[in-house]
Amino acid sequence: MGIDFLILMKQEWAIITILFILLFIKVGSKNWTNENILTLVNILMLLNVIAGFFGNKDGILFNEMFKTNHLIVTEKNILSLGTFIIALQSSSWLKNNKHILEFYILLLSTLLGMFFMISAGNLLMFFLGLELSSIPLGALANFDLEKRKSSEAAFKFIISSAFSSGLLLFGISLIYGTTGTLTLSALAERLDGSPLQIFAFILLISGFGFKISAVPFHLWTADVYEGSPVTVTSYFSVISKSSVLFVFLTVLYTVFKPYAVTWYNILFILSVLTMIIGNLFAIRQNNLKRFLAFSSVAQVGFILIGITGATQAGSASVVYFVLIYTFSNLGAFGVISLVSALAGKENIQDYKAFYKNNPMLSWVLAISLFSLAGIPPTAGFFGKFFLLMAGAGQGNYLLITIAALNMVVSLYYYLKVVKAIFMDSNENPIKKLTIPVSPKLALFICTTGIVLTGLISYVYKYIFSVSIGF
Amino acid sequence: MNEISITHILFVSTALFFIGMYGLFTRRNMITMLMAIELILNSVNINFVAFNKYLYPDKLDGVFFAIFVITIAAAEAALAIAIIINLYRSHDSIDVEDASELKY
Repeated sequence: MGIDFLILMKQEWAIITILFILLFIKVGSKNWTNENILTLVNILMLLNVIAGFFGNKDGILFNEMFKTNHLIVTEKNILSLGTFIIALQSSSWLKNNKHILEFYILLLSTLLGMFFMISAGNLLMFFLGLELSSIPLGALANFDLEKRKSSEAAFKFIISSAFSSGLLLFGISLIYGTTGTLTLSALAERLDGSPLQIFAFILLISGFGFKISAVPFHLWTADVYEGSPVTVTSYFSVISKSSVLFVFLTVLYTVFKPYAVTWYNILFILSVLTMIIGNLFAIRQNNLKRFLAFSSVAQVGFILIGITGATQAGSASVVYFVLIYTFSNLGAFGVISLVSALAGKENIQDYKAFYKNNPMLSWVLAISLFSLAGIPPTAGFFGKFFLLMAGAGQGNYLLITIAALNMVVSLYYYLKVVKAIFMDSNENPIKKLTIPVSPKLALFICTTGIVLTGLISYVYKYIFSVSIGF
Repeated sequence: MNEISITHILFVSTALFFIGMYGLFTRRNMITMLMAIELILNSVNINFVAFNKYLYPDKLDGVFFAIFVITIAAAEAALAIAIIINLYRSHDSIDVEDASELKY
């Protein structure tokens, strides 16, 4: 205890401090303009990201309720970097919104919940973190209060997330009943493979499946992504999803090690279904948000292949891919949110001849889509390569072949958007947009990330050195 | 007097869980769907308390978990009702069939 209490939880303390500063501004008498609040929040988030890289050490707190190590700190850094990029991107949308402080308070509460969830060493703590990260998200999805679609999306989200929490909880209760403990480290030794336990395990996997939107639990994804404001959609598809993926990975690798064969088969089926159905639905979409929703469903299928690897390379490739996915998806969403906020257009047809007036934005969008598709010079290629390599380590080449074929299919619909931007003709294309400074900075960070993460081998080496496996 | 065995209690909780699931999939009123979810969460509470009392009476893990589940369920219901009120303002209905703009 003592000083450890501050150092081990430093990322949580940083978020809590920012939350309190924002709350004091909210209740204070001084009137802040939206520009000032945006600047303040962005500076605080930047400090938070920088502070995450220093003074890390491993440790356990509160009777194993809270644990941290270098892998967990890396995962939290990826999440706070992503949130910082989103905070930068949201400025053009929030500039005239009078609920700007509530937006950031809700956003940071969910981030705090994710941090506690990733660090949880106890199922109770895990559950509380999960709920802290999903309940405020429902409020965020409804942030466009007067739009019909927004409230519909929020309702769909809150019902499906409550239902998936119910499944997860029933699973946890049965696991508690069969083992008598809630501590993750003690749990691993007491799993004996009784039928009740297998049932509980399947309920747990379905609960997780809902949160990471793997097929057949993906049905809420596209609706919620389309209805929510674009900034919130990007938060859903990147931060919220990857935080649950990190926990899923750790839980499978450390707690459910005795069930490795069972979950390998389950993940095999889930990932094949997720890739195929995500890709097929992405082809027929017209709304760009919906299109990216299904493409992110397909990406989860590829991530599940990395998880089946079950080695140190498996977990390293997943964390590495999530980092790249953060950059590429946020790059794409950054352009879409700018166009949606400034020109009010979200359909693929509206993007025809987008290159004519907005060459810079077109290039950023094209590079992000290339990276999502996995085309060599961009980092997306290396990410997918390591995922498939890790999956191939199990010797199941059928899965790898299906994945490779799906990558070809995904290339088709990503290139369809690129073709609309660069080659199609349009009589009245989107006018030239003047980009404010902070979204410009966000797009710059994303593009640099996409180009450099793949080329600098130190990133993967570092993630590999801190990863877990068995 | 004979004590009620744990099997009976688990039967009740499992039945409650599946009744909740059935209600969630068949009901078309948003408030009723919310009530179905509360049934699922309460079946979990019965499970936790029963396991704690019958199998592991020396530690209170299960009871504490049940208390936290009740708290979270309250928070979830509060947010869901707020969303439903907001949805009612724009749709003039709390039937899920009327909130079907987002499809396919």
